[in-house]
Amino acid sequence: MTKLGSAIFSRLVIILPYAWLLFFFLVPFFIVFRISLSTTAIAQPPYEPVFALADGLSGIVAKIGQFSLANYVWLTEDALYLNAYLSSLWIAGVSTFITLLIGYPIAYGMAQAPRTLRPTLLMLVILPFWTSFLIRVYAWIAILKPEGLLNQFLIGIGVIDTPLVIMNTNWAIYIGIVYSYLPFMVLPLYSALEKMDNTLIEAAQDLGCPQISAFWKITFPLSIPGVVAGCMLVFIPAVGEFVIPDLLGGSQTLMIGKTLWNEFNANRDWPVSAAVATILLLILVVPIVFFQNAQAKAEEQGR
Amino acid sequence: MNSWSRFNIVSVVLGFAFLYLPIVLLVIFSFNESKLVTVWAGFSTKWYVSLFNNQGLMDAAWVTIRVALLSATIATVLGTMAALALTRYTRFRGRLLFSGMVYAPLVMPEVITGLSLLLLFVAIGFDRGFVTVTLAHITFSMCFVTVVVQSRLLSFDRSVEEAAMDLGATPVKTFFEVTLPIIAPAVLSGWMLALTLSLDDLVIASFTSGPGATTLPMKIYSQVRLGVTPEINAACTLLIGLVAVGVVIASILTKRREVQRLRDEQAAFAGR
Repeated sequence: MTKLGSAIFSRLVIILPYAWLLFFFLVPFFIVFRISLSTTAIAQPPYEPVFALADGLSGIVAKIGQFSLANYVWLTEDALYLNAYLSSLWIAGVSTFITLLIGYPIAYGMAQAPRTLRPTLLMLVILPFWTSFLIRVYAWIAILKPEGLLNQFLIGIGVIDTPLVIMNTNWAIYIGIVYSYLPFMVLPLYSALEKMDNTLIEAAQDLGCPQISAFWKITFPLSIPGVVAGCMLVFIPAVGEFVIPDLLGGSQTLMIGKTLWNEFNANRDWPVSAAVATILLLILVVPIVFFQNAQAKAEEQGR
Repeated sequence: MNSWSRFNIVSVVLGFAFLYLPIVLLVIFSFNESKLVTVWAGFSTKWYVSLFNNQGLMDAAWVTIRVALLSATIATVLGTMAALALTRYTRFRGRLLFSGMVYAPLVMPEVITGLSLLLLFVAIGFDRGFVTVTLAHITFSMCFVTVVVQSRLLSFDRSVEEAAMDLGATPVKTFFEVTLPIIAPAVLSGWMLALTLSLDDLVIASFTSGPGATTLPMKIYSQVRLGVTPEINAACTLLIGLVAVGVVIASILTKRREVQRLRDEQAAFAGR
C-alpha cells in the first residue's frame, strides 16, 4: 500500500504540471500556427476553416486543403511588418546594452559592499520588482512629459531653456525598458560577481597588474555567465514588449508587440496576428534556446 | 579590497535613486490638491475619496484580488510539484521538453502567451471571463514558482530526506514532514511572486478576459490612455502599499521561522 502510494505520488508530481504545461503552453502554439494558415472571415470565430467533428474525415481533409500561406506573404509585402520586427530587435538590443552598462556597476558595487549590508541591498533591488510593471511605466509619463518633472527640474537649474522632447520618442522607450528590466540584469550579474574569489584580483595586483586591466582580464571574463543570463532576461521579453512602447512611445513608434496588439484588438484580424506571433516566436527561438541551455548549465553546477 | 570604494558607493546609490525616484514621485503626487500630476498645489487626500467612490475601479480591484489569490495558490502547488519533478526525479521520459516548458514562459513575450491562450480558449469553445484569466495566470506564474522553489531544493542537504526514509517514512510522509517545512520559505516567496505577477498583469489578462472580468490593470490602462490623473496615482499608491505590507510580513515570518529553527536545532544538540 505504501509502495503504491509513493509510486502514485512520484507519478503525480511529474504528470500534473507536465500535463498542465502541455495543454496550456505547448498546444496553444500549435493552434496559433494553425490559425495563421487560415483566412479571415466575418464569423465567430473570425477565421476559416473551422473544424467540426461533424465534418468526418473527408471533410477535415478538404478543409486542410483550404490552408494557405497568404498571411505570411502579406507580412512580406507590407513593409510595416518588416520594419516593426527590425525596429523591435534594434530597440531591444540598444536597451539591453544600456541596461548592461548601468546594471554592471550597480551589481559590482553591491558585490563589493560589506557582507552585512549585502542582503539589504539585494532586497532593495528586488523590491521595485514587486510593484506593478504598469505603475512603474506610468510613473515615467509624469516625469518625461514636455511640461513634466524632468523638464521642470532641468529648466529650474538652468541647464536648458526649452523643454526636451523625450516623450513619444524612442528615447522614452529606452528609458522605460532600462528602468523596468534593470533588476533582471542586476540580479544574475550580482550572483556571478558575488561568488568571485577576490584573491585572484589581489594576486594579479601583487604581480603588478593595474586595477583596470585586472578587471578586464579577470573579473569581467568570470562574470560572463551573469552577463549572458542578464542580457537574455532583458532582451527576449523586450522584443515583444507592448506596454512600454504603447504608453511612452506614442503612436509613431513601431514595435512588433504593439503591431500584434493592434492587429488583433483594433483590426480584428486573427489570422494575421497569429502569423505575426508565429514569426516573432521563430525569431526568438534562438535566444530562448540559448537562455535555456545557460539555465540548465547553471542548474547542473548547482547540483 | 575590503574597503568599499567611493566609485562603488556612488554607483549603488545612483542606481537605487534611479530605481526608486519615479515611484516616490508617483506616491507624492497622489496627495496633490491639483488635478495636474506635475504641478504641486498643496496636500490633499481627495483623490483617495474619489477613488473609493469610483465603482468601476472598485469592482475591478475585487476581480483582481480574487483572480490573484486563486491563481497564485494553484500555481504554487503546480510549481512546487514541477520543481520536485525537476530536482528529485531527474530521469523520466520527456524531461528535456518539460524543463523547456518551465523556462520558456519566463522570457516569453506576454503578447504571444496572451494570444495563444486566447486562441486555445476559443478553439475549445470556452467562454472568456474570470475562469480563463485565472487559468492563464496559473500557467505563466507557476514557472516562476518552480524556479524559486527549485533553487531551494537544490541547495538543501538531502541526507535529511534520506534519513527519514531510512527510518521508514514513506516518500509522501517524508515530503510533508521533512521537505516541505524546509522549503516552506521558498514556497511562500513563490506564492508571493505569483500573487504579484497576477495583480500586475495587463497584457495576458486583456487577451484572456471577457465581459464582467475586467481586472484593475486593465481599468488603469484604459484610464491612462485617456489621460494621467491623480486618481490613478492614488490607486497605484494603494497597490504599492498593499504589496509593501505583504513583502514586509513575509520577510518577518521567514525571519522568525529561521530564528525558531536555529533555536530548535540548538536545543536538540544541547538535549542529547
